Amino acid sequence: MRRLSYFIPLAVLAVLAVYFSLGLGRNPNTLPSVLINQQVPDFDLKPIKGSDRGFSSADLKGKVSLVNIFGSWCVSCRIEHPFLMDLKEKGVIPIYGIDWREVDDDAGPNWLRKYGDPYTLIGNDPKSKGAIAFGVTGAPETFFVDKQGFIRYKHMGPITEQNWRDTLFPIVEELRRQ
Amino acid sequence: MRLILPLLAVLMLAAPVGAVDPQEVLTDPLLEKRARSISLGLRCVVCQNQSIDDSDAQLARDLRLLVRDRLTEGDSDQEVVDYIVSRYGDFVLLRPPVKGVTYALWFGPILIALLGLLGLILYFRRQKAAIAAPIQESPLSDDERQRLDSYLEKDADQ
Repeated sequence: MRRLSYFIPLAVLAVLAVYFSLGLGRNPNTLPSVLINQQVPDFDLKPIKGSDRGFSSADLKGKVSLVNIFGSWCVSCRIEHPFLMDLKEKGVIPIYGIDWREVDDDAGPNWLRKYGDPYTLIGNDPKSKGAIAFGVTGAPETFFVDKQGFIRYKHMGPITEQNWRDTLFPIVEELRRQ
Repeated sequence: MRLILPLLAVLMLAAPVGAVDPQEVLTDPLLEKRARSISLGLRCVVCQNQSIDDSDAQLARDLRLLVRDRLTEGDSDQEVVDYIVSRYGDFVLLRPPVKGVTYALWFGPILIALLGLLGLILYFRRQKAAIAAPIQESPLSDDERQRLDSYLEKDADQ
């Protein structure tokens, strides 16, 4: 019995080592969102330059939709952009945009003119009001909103054909069934 | 060389200002003080190990401005912090709150220290008891006595 007790520190070390090695494999940038399963936050964003319609929380009722935070400065947004265009052309799901932190009023509209506009409505968010309301930490981030206007899922980073097929579209289908 | 000490003295006088931009500073010094103390306790979600008061990240700047806007509008310190926690979770608090999931974090070290102390106490008690215990006398067997006697006799002869 005494002999065995000498191994207690080793056992404790082994348990810690397992926890640490699991923890090291996690990406510290993916924070759990506290907004999952909560009502979409209240926001009312002004239109971007050249548009007369902004984007507010009231626009999200009655259908499954995506809210995509993007910016013309954001390289990953540029990467996901063709796929969002694809979703729009096929009419898969309405995508709402929050144009986050543009350097000036023209940057966002110019970017959309150049690469195409996949968004149903866009809100301009120069001061991060909308982004903070959604608890955004970086762009792009995409929120999946259900028919009742509850946030059900948050995707960080670009949407690609692969993660759409494997993870994201099944979530949309599930939300539509509810 | 002679310059170093005065230079160091001057550096020590420099007040820590964090990343706060002069433009951000509120005119009301009391509100500004509250804003600074709130900012110091909020984690920058971009750089994660800095407070928003220290961070140059744009999101941190926007959060600082939001804190100031809300204070100016008359929110209490707690209301401001609660709003940001409701958006980003407990993770934004540099000082984690004491509650169910954080008990291990807050009380774990104390518990381990107590266990260590208990171990030490037990160890020293056992040692003390070992020293205090009378040394046991085990009588020699007949065989041993004979051998001892024979050695002693040999010694005496010489």
